[in-house]
Amino acid sequence: MNSYVLFGIVALYLAILFFAAFWGENKAPKKWVSNPYIYSLSIAVYCSAWTYYGSIGNAATSGISFLPIYLGPMIVAPLWIIILRKIIRISKQHKISSIADFISLRYGNNRFLGALVTVICVIGTVPYISLQLKAVSETYAIFADNKIQTSTGIFNDTTFYIAVFLALFATFYGTQKTDASEKHRGIITSVALESILKLIFFLIAGIYITFFLFDGTEDIYQKISTYPNFSSLIKFDGIEMGINWYLTLLLSMFAIFLLPRQFQVMVVENSNEKHLAKAIWLFPLYLLLINLFVIFIAWGGIISFGSSEQAEYFTLLLPLKNQHQILALIVFLGGFSAVISMVVVSTLALSTMVSNNLIIPYGFLDKFVRRHSAKNTSSIKNIRRISIFLIIIAAYFFYLVYSIQLSLYSIGLISFIVIAQLAPSFFIGLFWNRGSSKAAITGIILGFLITFYCLILPFTIEALTGNSSFTDYGPWKIEFLKPYQLFGLKLFNSTSNAFFWSLTVNTFCYLIFSLTAKGNYRERNYAEMFVNNENYAKLQDNVLVWRGEAYVSNIKNVLIKFLGVTATEKALQHFFLQYEISPETEIADARLINYSEKLLTGSIGSASAKILIDNVVKEEKISLVEVLQILEESRDTFAKNKMLHQKSTELLDLTQQLKNANHELILKDKQKDEFLDTVAHELKTPITGIRAASEILKDDINEMPNELKTQFLSNIIKDADRLSRLINNILDFEKLSTGRLKLSLHRKNFSETIDFAMQSLAHIIAKKRINIQYNSSEEVKLFYDEDRILQVLTNLISNAIKFSPEKNGTIKIEYTRENPFLKVVVQDNGKGIPEEDIDFIFDKFYQSKNQNTIKPEGSGLGLAISKQIIEKHNGKIWADKTFKSGAKIVFLLPIY
Amino acid sequence: MKKKVLIVDDEPNIVMTLEYAFRKQNFEVFIARDGSEAKIILEKALPQVVLLDVMMPKVDGYQTLKFIKNTSGLEHTKVVFISAKNKASDIEKGLNMGADKYITKPFSVKKVIGEVKQLLD
Repeated sequence: MNSYVLFGIVALYLAILFFAAFWGENKAPKKWVSNPYIYSLSIAVYCSAWTYYGSIGNAATSGISFLPIYLGPMIVAPLWIIILRKIIRISKQHKISSIADFISLRYGNNRFLGALVTVICVIGTVPYISLQLKAVSETYAIFADNKIQTSTGIFNDTTFYIAVFLALFATFYGTQKTDASEKHRGIITSVALESILKLIFFLIAGIYITFFLFDGTEDIYQKISTYPNFSSLIKFDGIEMGINWYLTLLLSMFAIFLLPRQFQVMVVENSNEKHLAKAIWLFPLYLLLINLFVIFIAWGGIISFGSSEQAEYFTLLLPLKNQHQILALIVFLGGFSAVISMVVVSTLALSTMVSNNLIIPYGFLDKFVRRHSAKNTSSIKNIRRISIFLIIIAAYFFYLVYSIQLSLYSIGLISFIVIAQLAPSFFIGLFWNRGSSKAAITGIILGFLITFYCLILPFTIEALTGNSSFTDYGPWKIEFLKPYQLFGLKLFNSTSNAFFWSLTVNTFCYLIFSLTAKGNYRERNYAEMFVNNENYAKLQDNVLVWRGEAYVSNIKNVLIKFLGVTATEKALQHFFLQYEISPETEIADARLINYSEKLLTGSIGSASAKILIDNVVKEEKISLVEVLQILEESRDTFAKNKMLHQKSTELLDLTQQLKNANHELILKDKQKDEFLDTVAHELKTPITGIRAASEILKDDINEMPNELKTQFLSNIIKDADRLSRLINNILDFEKLSTGRLKLSLHRKNFSETIDFAMQSLAHIIAKKRINIQYNSSEEVKLFYDEDRILQVLTNLISNAIKFSPEKNGTIKIEYTRENPFLKVVVQDNGKGIPEEDIDFIFDKFYQSKNQNTIKPEGSGLGLAISKQIIEKHNGKIWADKTFKSGAKIVFLLPIY
Repeated sequence: MKKKVLIVDDEPNIVMTLEYAFRKQNFEVFIARDGSEAKIILEKALPQVVLLDVMMPKVDGYQTLKFIKNTSGLEHTKVVFISAKNKASDIEKGLNMGADKYITKPFSVKKVIGEVKQLLD
């Protein structure tokens, strides 16, 4: 076919896709472009030229080893409901626009990590795009003049023009908006259309080859089974192939999540997470259909051409051989569709990453802050456009250097393995909150270096020098370091070897570093938000997971730089309305900070957004514990309010208790004051006597009669005795009432103690001629402090003596066992205790108003001390109110 | 004519010293052991000066002072409180109630005599 006609057809075809994109972006009803079918078809961007052409080549040369690349995603698809939904939710919550954003944000918005992921993605994708270029240019060449031409110079090379053409197309569609987290409905519509076309065209080719060129599958099978290497095409070639097969399976499971274009269509462009429910069976179905005829086309080609040379293009070569130009054209356009959708979506995803995670945070940010918003918007777009161009140009040069020698299949695998280095930090970090940024960075770098050494370096050396000694013998002929059999492990083929070693080291590093080094507070906070996103999702906007200071006006200025005045005003208005905050508010709260970061994240990526907002915010560090606490607290404000209410009631109670305690303290203080006053008064009385008598004696020593002198001197002695008695009693009382007195308990016979008491009072008893009635009928032994009980008995008996009448004074003393107590009674036949005093006689310094006018000798502390002593023995003392013919004091002591 | 002094206190030792000292100064000395005894003696003896303890059983010093102020014939009787209560507020209270002097315990006998003499001059 004439290449100009072909070019015209391609241009027309592109125009149709262009129109589809335009229609999807602007004209289509929302439900037409935003539904589970379009979503599933857009995921089929996974099937690029690699599938379209490469699978057949692989099937023709290596048999069923082409399958795991599709089986992996099919197996893992049911898990999307758990994993992908979580990723989508997190991404929506944080306005994430790429996998670099996702990973860097998970590790505390780490700028370097974002850049590293971007670099990995670029390195992983450039060969992949070059693979597409190679496919287009080769099919174009086959179609134009039936042979693959080698380029003679860039400007004579059709591949170069194809590259430029693709770049223009991607640029036009990929950079309509600055907010990269917004949906690209147009692109998705055209990708979905392309997915339908490539599937249908491929099936047409398959049906044509299987049923028209041959008589169905059985016919092909019968013919191929005579082919000498047939068994190697349908069987596992030993354990090595089995292992490689499974590793490739794993690799493709990772790729379906991690490839930038997959992340773009599955996560960023997802408009409704419910679409996942259909996608988990529609997408595997798609993969099944597109692989249906691969093996038959491959076999058919081998049968027709006699070898597997140029097997990748059997779909194209077979119709051409049989003069079916139109069918070949359809196949070509199907492949072209696969290429365009892959390149457009990949470059869209990569350009966002390059601009947001690499160029803006590492160079342009300061410039942006100083400049006007319109200029910023166009700068961001320009950065993305240039990125797209650079990526495609890089892919072109990669194609020039490597791709001509390499098969589509092996280029695709290199991409997969490079991208797979993100797997540990991506997947483990999603479910394990210990994963730290240092660990992620180290793992990715080491994993990449191993991939580079085991895969890229040997290719490069071979491609540039044509010498394979590096691969065959290892560097400096060290067998141990042979890149395809690293560390002497000979189980794998070259790609599996690279994949195994890089990912093992990567994962190992990630785990070890995460376990040994904790991330900083910010990192741990984000980890928590990602890992436990369900808890966090409902709360995030209401929670003040931020403490710091920022002014609304400063934040507004930053927003204006990137969004423009009107958009900023509108966004802020929306914010204030949503949270019912006064628009005049001056101090920004956490919600505004989050909101602004999200607004900016769409345009310039999370890392840059964070840097910008940080500039105007004075942030305080919050620990994860605090965040959790805040989360916990706001989980239900209702409960909190209830708790507050309860707390305030408790506080009121506490206040009342404090008041009471204070009151009691004041009362105690007052009582103490009164006690001290009384003590002072009681002490001063004998001192006054002593002082006055001494003064008189001193002044009148010569004139005073001896009789009187003796009288005054004996008064002085009495007062001095009284003083010392008083002091002893006060000290006793003080000791007892402050609890400092320790009883020394011994088991004694109580009658002996009574005998002691009577002995010490014998002469007073005799003097007053008092009749003592004392019967000790039984022996009672118990534990008590004899000295102290003696003090009580002496006090009670001397009181009884004091209040006994002058004549016929009778004191009755008795003790009886009344289990579990010993009951002791001391009674006299005096006037008795006046009724109004009986409740107070045990109070300190209590003196009856109706006492005998002659003040009885005593400190006023005797009964108070007795009471303390008895109570200290866990006993009880009281005055018997019913006894009318005198005073009767009773006390009980526990017997033990 | 001898000046009459009434000593009201429930502490016999203190009373004894004051009795001896005032006798020596040629006073006619009356003694009461509390307020109720004091009232009887006051009405009969009409002393020129009363030395009054504040804290006594039954009728205390304050009540006795009120009695003096309200009894005809005792208008000119000088009252001297002699008390162990030595706080400023106690002294003020005593003087405000109409006592002429307030002497705190322990006291100097000479000072008591000096103050009484001064009051009677």
